[in-house]
Order: sequence, then C-alpha cells, then structure tokens
Amino acid sequence: MQTPAPFDYERATSVEEAIASLQRLGPEARVIAGGHSLLPMMKLRLAHPEYLVDINDLAELAYIAEDGDEIVIGALTRHVELLKSELLAERLPIFRDAEQVIADPVVRNRGTIGGSLCQADAAEDLSAVCTALKAKVVIRGAEGERTVGIEDFHVGPYMTAVRDGELLTEVRIPVRPGAGSAHEKVERRAGDWAIAAASAAIWVDGGKIADAGIGLAAVGPTTVHLARAEEVLRGKAPSEDLFAEAGVVATEDCSPSADGRGPVDYKRHLAGVLTTRALRRAAARALHQEA
Amino acid sequence: MATTENLPTAEAERPIGFGRLKRKEDARFIRGQGTYLDDIRLPGMVHGAMLRSPYAHARILSIDTSRALAHPNVAAVITAKDLETLGLAWMPTISYDTQAVLAGDKVRFQGQEVAFVIATDEYSANDALQLIEVDYEPLPAVVNARKALDPDAPVIRDDKAGQRDNLASPLWEAGDKESTDRAFAEADTVVTRDIIYPRCHPAPLETCGIIADFNPATGQLDIYNGNQAPHAHRTVYAHVAGLAEHMIRIRCQDIGGGFGNKVPVYPGYVCAIAGSIVAGVPVKWVENRTENLTSTGFARDYVMRSEMCAKDGRITGLRVNVIADHGAFDSTAQPTKFPAGFFHIVCGSYDLQASHVQVKAVYTNKAPGGVAYRCSFRITEAVYLVERMVDALALEMKVDPIELRLRSFIAPAQFPYETTTGWTYDSGNYAATMQVAMDLAGYNELRREQAEKRARGELMGIGVSFFTEGVGAGPRKHMDILGLSMNDGADLRVHPSGKAVVSISAQTQGQGHETTFAQIVAEELGIPPEDVEVRHGDTDRSPYGLGTYGSRSTPVSGAAVAVVSRKVRDKARQIAATMLETRPEDLAWEKGRWYVKGDPEKGALIEEIAARAYSGEELPEGFEGGLDAQVIYDPPNLTYPYGAYIAVVDVDPDTGHVKVRRFIAVDDCGVRINPMIVDGQIHGGLAEGIGIALMELLSFDEEGNCLNSSFMDYLIPTALECPDFELGETVTPCPHHPLGAKGVGESPNVGSPPAIVNAVIDALHETHGVEHIDMPCTPARVWAAMQGRPEPPQ
Ligand SMILES: Cc1cc2nc3c(=O)[nH]c(=O)nc-3n(C[C@H](O)[C@H](O)[C@H](O)COP(=O)(O)OP(=O)(O)OC[C@H]3O[C@@H](n4cnc5c(N)ncnc54)[C@H](O)[C@@H]3O)c2cc1C
Repeated sequence: MQTPAPFDYERATSVEEAIASLQRLGPEARVIAGGHSLLPMMKLRLAHPEYLVDINDLAELAYIAEDGDEIVIGALTRHVELLKSELLAERLPIFRDAEQVIADPVVRNRGTIGGSLCQADAAEDLSAVCTALKAKVVIRGAEGERTVGIEDFHVGPYMTAVRDGELLTEVRIPVRPGAGSAHEKVERRAGDWAIAAASAAIWVDGGKIADAGIGLAAVGPTTVHLARAEEVLRGKAPSEDLFAEAGVVATEDCSPSADGRGPVDYKRHLAGVLTTRALRRAAARALHQEA
Repeated sequence: MATTENLPTAEAERPIGFGRLKRKEDARFIRGQGTYLDDIRLPGMVHGAMLRSPYAHARILSIDTSRALAHPNVAAVITAKDLETLGLAWMPTISYDTQAVLAGDKVRFQGQEVAFVIATDEYSANDALQLIEVDYEPLPAVVNARKALDPDAPVIRDDKAGQRDNLASPLWEAGDKESTDRAFAEADTVVTRDIIYPRCHPAPLETCGIIADFNPATGQLDIYNGNQAPHAHRTVYAHVAGLAEHMIRIRCQDIGGGFGNKVPVYPGYVCAIAGSIVAGVPVKWVENRTENLTSTGFARDYVMRSEMCAKDGRITGLRVNVIADHGAFDSTAQPTKFPAGFFHIVCGSYDLQASHVQVKAVYTNKAPGGVAYRCSFRITEAVYLVERMVDALALEMKVDPIELRLRSFIAPAQFPYETTTGWTYDSGNYAATMQVAMDLAGYNELRREQAEKRARGELMGIGVSFFTEGVGAGPRKHMDILGLSMNDGADLRVHPSGKAVVSISAQTQGQGHETTFAQIVAEELGIPPEDVEVRHGDTDRSPYGLGTYGSRSTPVSGAAVAVVSRKVRDKARQIAATMLETRPEDLAWEKGRWYVKGDPEKGALIEEIAARAYSGEELPEGFEGGLDAQVIYDPPNLTYPYGAYIAVVDVDPDTGHVKVRRFIAVDDCGVRINPMIVDGQIHGGLAEGIGIALMELLSFDEEGNCLNSSFMDYLIPTALECPDFELGETVTPCPHHPLGAKGVGESPNVGSPPAIVNAVIDALHETHGVEHIDMPCTPARVWAAMQGRPEPPQ
C-alpha cells in the first residue's frame, strides 16, 4: 500500500464554508475534489498538504447548463457527466471526444473539470479543450467573484490564477454560430495521458473561418495556445491545405520535452498531425459534413 | 451446483471428469470473498516498511535510526548490523548467488533494501522511514549490460571474494560450434540481427507481502505469504534463518497473480521473519506498487546477436550470442544445471543441421531478478529470437514466412526428436497446426487485403510465430533448484462417504487448480468434480513439491494426481473383489464402478467401496483399510506444447500507433482437461504478450534511476488493446504424461510477442524499409523506425 503523510481533513457543506476554511487554514490547505490528481501525489509523498478541504458535497457546483449565449459548467462536474451530456455532445462535441480518451471509467466517475483545470498539468486534455473553446473561469474568494480568461488562468506548470483562500467555481464557454470542435489524442495505451493531444474549434461564417481556437496538451510546460495558427486560419475558407499549414505552425510553436512517451521530434510531429486532424474534424462538424 | 455446472458442449455426454466446467474458485472471487494476504489480520500484529536506496550504486557511510526509533509508534528499526548478529545479513538466491537482505557496505541498485521499520500501523511505519538518515557516497553506476565488462567499469560485487569484474557467471555454451560453422559455410543465405528482449516485469496486481508469526513459547513460525512454491520457501527459510524446518508452516492464501514474480524469497520476507522472532508478535509487510516494480524479480533483459542460415530453401543453422543482464544479484530462476535456463531450446520447431549458442551473464546496478515471467526459464527469449530470425530470413529469401516455416519444420515421423542443443521433443505435428491457424485467419485473403490497403497508403501487417516450448520441469536426472528435485507429491483420500480430498504441492495463483485437479480425480475415479476438494497452499497439509511456475502444474502435479488416483482405483479394485466375492483380475472398470466381467449387473460403486474400506466388515487379506494413497511423481521428460499464432495489426502511417486488430492462436497442449480454463489461460497470456510487444518496459537513465516505477509509467495492457481472440486447437497427446496433457499456461505469453513484432515489421518493411524493431512497439519507437532510425530500448 502507498501511504500519504499525516494530514487534517474538513468536509465543506457550502461554497462559503469552503472558502472560509481555506482562508483560515492558509497556504498549507488544499481543496480536494475528485482526488485523482491530488491523492496519487500524496500517496507518493510528492505533495504534503497539512489540511484537505473536501468539496465533494457541494452539489451546487455540479451542473452543465445554458446561460444566455454561454454554456456553463460547475467546477465539481465529473468527467462522466461531461461524457454523457447530450447538451455538450450537440453543442460542443469536443467534450465527448476528449472524455472518451481521458483516463478510465473509475477516474472519470470521480475526477472533475475544476480539478483538471486547477491541476494545471500540461497534459490535461480538458485544459486544451477549454483553450480551444476560449473558455472563461469563475474564481470565488472571500471578497467575491472574478472571471478570468483561460489564457490568463494557467500561469505556469502546475500554477493557476487561483490564489490561496479561493475556489474555482465555474467554467463558462461562449457559444457562437457556425461552430465545430474536435479533440485528437495519441496515447500509448487506453487511459494513459497523452503523448500529444490537439483541441480545435472553428467558427464558420459565410464559408469562411470567422474565428478559430487551438490548444495542445502535453507538448510544452503548460497547455499550448496556438495563437499564430489561429491567425493563419482566420478569414480563410476551410481546406485540407489550410489545415496542413496550421499543422506546420503547430510543429513550430510547441515546445515539448523528451520523456518516456517519446522524443521531442516525435512530439512536434504529432502536434502537427493532430492539429490538422482536429481541424479537419472540427470543420466537418461546423459544415455538417462529418462522416 | 451453479459453480460447477456443465456447459452444453461436445463433451456434454461426459458429465464427469474432463470437459468445460466453470471454475469452482470463481464463486468466491466474483463475490469479493477471496482471502488475500491483506485480508488477514492477526491479533497483536504490527507492520513493517522498507527504507530503500535512492541511488543505484553508492557506499553507505552511516545509518542513523535514532529519530525513527523516537517515533511513538515505532517498535524497532532493523539494519544490516542487526541482521549480521543473527547471521541473516545475506541470503542465497535461487541461482546460488548471494543477495544482501539489508545493504550494509554498499547499495547496488536503486530501490535496494536498506532498513526495516516495525511500527503499530503501516502509516507510522512509512512516516518513520522518512526519519532515518543515511549518508551515501554515490559511485558511478553500470547500467548498460553491454558496458558491464568494460575494463574501466566499476566492480559491483566487491563483496564476493575474487570478483574483479562484472561477470555474473562463466560463459555458457550449448550446441556445437564446428558443425555450425560448417552449416554457415555451406549456406546460400545468411541473416544477422541484433535483437533485444527488453527488461519487463510480471507486475502481478497483488504485490508481494508476508505475515510472519513466530511463537516464542513453542518455537513455531507461522508464515502467511502468497508465493508460488511454499514447500521450497520453507526449506530456504530453514537454511537461511537456521530454523527447524518442521517448525515452519507456510500458508498461501488466495494469490492475486504471480507470473514468476512470486517464486523468489525477497529481503522483506526475511526482515519480517527476523522482526517477528525479535519482537515476538506477528509482523506484516506488504510492498507497494513502486517497490514491486523496482525491486522484485524482473524478467528477460537479454541482449542477443544472432545469425541464421538457409540452404536449398530451408533453415539449416543458427548462431546466438547473448549478454544476459542479471542486475546486482543473480537471482535468475533456473534449474542448477542450466545456467541460462532453457534458452538453448532456441532451435525452435525446426529441423536444423546445427546450432551454437553462447550466453554470458553480467551484473549491473539494476534490480536483481531474471525470473521466468510466465515462461519456463528463458524459453520466451529463445522463442522470440528464433521466430524473429525466421522472419528475417524469409524477408531475405523473399519467401512467405509461413512457407519457410513449413519447409523447415521437424516432421511428425521424426518424433521423439533430439535437437542440436540436446532436447528431446516428445511429439508434434507442426504443419497440421500451422494449417489450422492459416484457415482460421484466412491467411491468403489477409495477404490480398494487405496488398489493397498498401495501394491506398494504409499500413497493415500480418505476423506469424510458431513456437515449441519445453515445460513441466522436471526429470530428477536433469533438473533441480537449489538442490531440490523438481518432483511433486500428491495425496488422495477418499472418505467413507465417497467424497475425496486431494492434496497437491502446486500453488494456484489464478490457474484454476481447484477445478482442474478435481476434474482429474473425477475422471480417474468416476465421481463428480464437486465431490473432490483440492487442498493446496499449506505446507502442513500438502505433500512436498516445487510449486507452480514454468507451466509445470499439470505436467508434474497433474500427473501425480492421475497416478495417485489410479493407485486408489487399484486399491478399490481389491476391496471390490472382496465385496463381490471374486478375484481383482475378474473385475472391469467403468467410470465410478468396478463390475464383474461377464456379469455387469454385479458391481460396486466407488462410494460403496469407500464405505466398505472404512467399515468393520471383511477386507482383502493383509489390507490395512481406508481408501487413500500417496505418490511422488518424477516426470520422465518435459512436455513440449506448441502453437501457431497469427497477428494482424494496423499501423497509423502518421502517428506510428499500432493496433492489434486480430489475433489467431492455435495451441496444441495435448489433452485438455478443462478446455474453458485452457482458453482462459490463453486469453490472459495473449493480453500479456500484447503488453510486452507494445508497451511494457523497465528502463533506466544513466545514473541507474528506474524510469518506470508506477503504473503511470509501467504500462500494462487493458481490454481495449485486446482484440476478440480467435482460438483454435489441435490435440497431439503427450506420449509420456499419464493423461497425455502438456503445459499451456505460458504458451500465449511466449508465443505472442514475436507474432506481433513480426506483424509490425511486415506492415512497415515494404514501404519504410524497416528490417527490425525492438520491443516495446510504442508509437514513438515505431515512428522512429519508420523514419529509418530505430532505436534499441534503453
Ligand atoms: C490513472 C489516471 C489517468 C488519468 N488520465 C488522464 C488523461 O488521460 N487525461 C487527463 O486530462 N487527465 C487524466 N487524469 C487526471 C484526471 O482527469 C483527474 O481527475 C483530474 O486531473 C483532476 O481532477 P480531480 O477532481 O480528481 O482533482 P483533485 O485531484 O481533487 O485536485 C487536483 C488539484 O486541483 C485542486 N482543485 C480541485 N478542485 C478545485 C477547485 N474547485 N478550486 C480550486 N482548486 C481545486 C486541488 O487542490 C488539487 O491541487 C488521469 C488520472 C488518473 C488517476
């Protein structure tokens, strides 16, 4: 058995109480949601929080809903709910793509979108998905709420804009017409973290790409936002050549490091291949031409 | 009974004995009612945890345990110094080497055992580990086996008198050099390949652990420990700890997989025993996943160079040179007389003119092991090598790989067949089995599909392997482990009610012994399998024997059970003769009943005979009463199962990702006692083979840090990587086994990796010029090979 070091534990019954606990306990306290990132680190004694504030009872943070021209997802929404949601499947199919290849059912039954984003691991699929969709996240603290663009949320490896005493409560995704989105991943084995993954979203207007979003997982110290490739796509008609061109940009603009999953050249190559594939699928969906 | 319900099959007319039967043991497993080591809690039990070396090679300057001892829940901290006073600092390995129980002078691999903490609970024990201060002086590490013998390589085993280099055993040879040179000189085609069978790990889902319970009042040592060879373990403890063997009892509870990993005695076991002797209370120690992957018996790690030649269209000769990486201590599992295990079965299924094999073993700063991961002592490496070489030769000769095999097979009339390395294969009809596999696969159709796909830029590969294994160690004249013959006992008692208990020394870890062995007794005595209880895993309640690994349970223990059943049947005949007032030779047997020849109405059922055997009524003259018997079985030879495997893979041309789309496995393991269990064994082994071929690897950086110390980095396959396996069979009974059975447990693990790798190369050769790729065929490694720069695994 792998045993964590000693820690104290509190189970919050409301968001306010969770925030109050976090404020009181200070920097040695950690939120625990699904626990599928935090507990393994604690068991390997790579993380030693002194206090855990458990938010699993906060049912008010588990939802997927439409709110005006946004789709909103509560931070405690589990992977399995993202996978099963018909609303997401219809409006943002990229979620189902991603959830089919994130971990395994056991992890998906517990792990949450909030935990995934807050873990800020560059290999996290949902971070790439939210980057492509240009999501915003809502962070709440004792002083109230603030909304942060996903771009500004991931500030470095394993670092986010969430400060001590704060909680991520919601993810907000703008819904725009002509949208198509897709997620592509290569893994060594089902349930493994990505060797590389690409999330792509495009918004087509009058036969042209009005806007595009691309996020890459596992090919940089943090989630890679392919701003330059998005620029290449904007204003042009979707085509194989164009997606290939974006793929080339992806190979150039990522910064992978070598590890057990593969060497740098391979990961760069994959970033390109997967960007092209994700764009192709996203476009087919936007144009209702998916095979 | 639902659990032993017969399924409707061709064998339906044979309700007793052999046939498809649900496993008796599954009733408790599927209800979560198995009893594994972790389910056992003894009164007063304390917990151990192991401090391990962070360095691969370092001198230990000092160990300070005072802060750990000050922990309120810590009872004791044991170091090498303490063990020295008990004479337990070093222990023998199963290869006659020695291994430090706790490191005193130096640590020799990352993860090596340094100190053992005993505390009231496992959390405290693990907390206390962090309070022990060890001062290390790091030394350069030897990681690459090929560099272990460099003159400037640091000497790892300076504890051994006279050891001046990293040679772990003298050069070992088999076959004949001269005739092999001649075969190569006369050949018209020769191929050479460097082939690595990388280090992998059996990774049983239940890790290793023990509860040692020494009773100071009686001197009795009770051990609970899921190992694959309880009787051999008891003997080893008697030697190591100087304890009286008759005062040691080992009980193996249910075991969550072994695969060879639970054959050896590990330092944690010895520490728990020493701890219990010192503390006088039961000590439990269960390793975690990281400890299992980084310190217990790994498998393979063979660096091989091989040449194979052909003349007039068939394979004629083979030359092999191996460097075997044994890690820091040589604890390879193998019979004493075969320093490289059964690697020299490398001639495969082919009628070679000559072969010559050399194996050199080296020490490195890596975990010790070289256990047989679901294989009989290095047969897996041999089969992989020869089946890769045949494919390489076929490529060179531009002939279909199946065609070359068919031309080169040992012919049925040649059996018993003596190979050029000295093995006597018992039986076989290889071409027939190959044909069944081709038919099942639709081989010619697959080749057509491949050509069409290739034209469209898709990469599809078809890979073949044909293996022969030698399993069921083994004959006393050839095989022993640490001086213990590889024979098995069996003890059968039929109670007055006609229900029976058979005790065996083989130790199931999931193989279904409780069902298969009951079926053997059932078949031989004609009573239902549910009336036979199979007792195993308790050294006080079972006869001596060497345990379960090397596919030896059915070949050796199964034979013992058949023979002991027949002994009981003969006894029953004597008793029946008295009952029926006739002579034994006038009786004939039908399932479950002796009857008078010529008067079949007149007979006695086995349960009537059993009742009589224990009754106050007349028994045969000089007969002691009771209906039981005991045997020890010494197999005359190994059994030689074989099989034809065909893998179909698709390779993503852009990402290098390999998908095993189909897998056809036709096994000939002789007579199948429970075909359903055989199928289950094959399914499991094929899954493992897919894992080994595609993802499993223990790798190290230059400092000797293990890079695969959890299931995040050491990948084992899931159902999603496994196609719906297509199984077939041929039955060539083993001529010397009482039931005609051969071992099968390991065949799929042994036979499948070469089929998959051959398929990957088949997919890539024509378009990308790939001639060889080492396992594991991960997307990155396959892609590198497609770019023309395949890399050996590190
Ligand atoms: C075997 C395995 C395989 C996996 N494979 C993949 C994969 O292929 N792809 C992938 O993307 N992920 C994978 N994961 C990770 C999985 O998605 C996790 O569930 C996720 O990373 C974390 O979610 P969680 O709710 O479990 O977070 P937790 O482990 O509970 O928390 C993670 C971190 O986030 C913080 N946190 C959690 N919630 C909040 C909040 N509301 N506000 C502020 N901070 C918060 C915690 O304090 C902690 O620091 C895998 C995990 C495992 C165990």
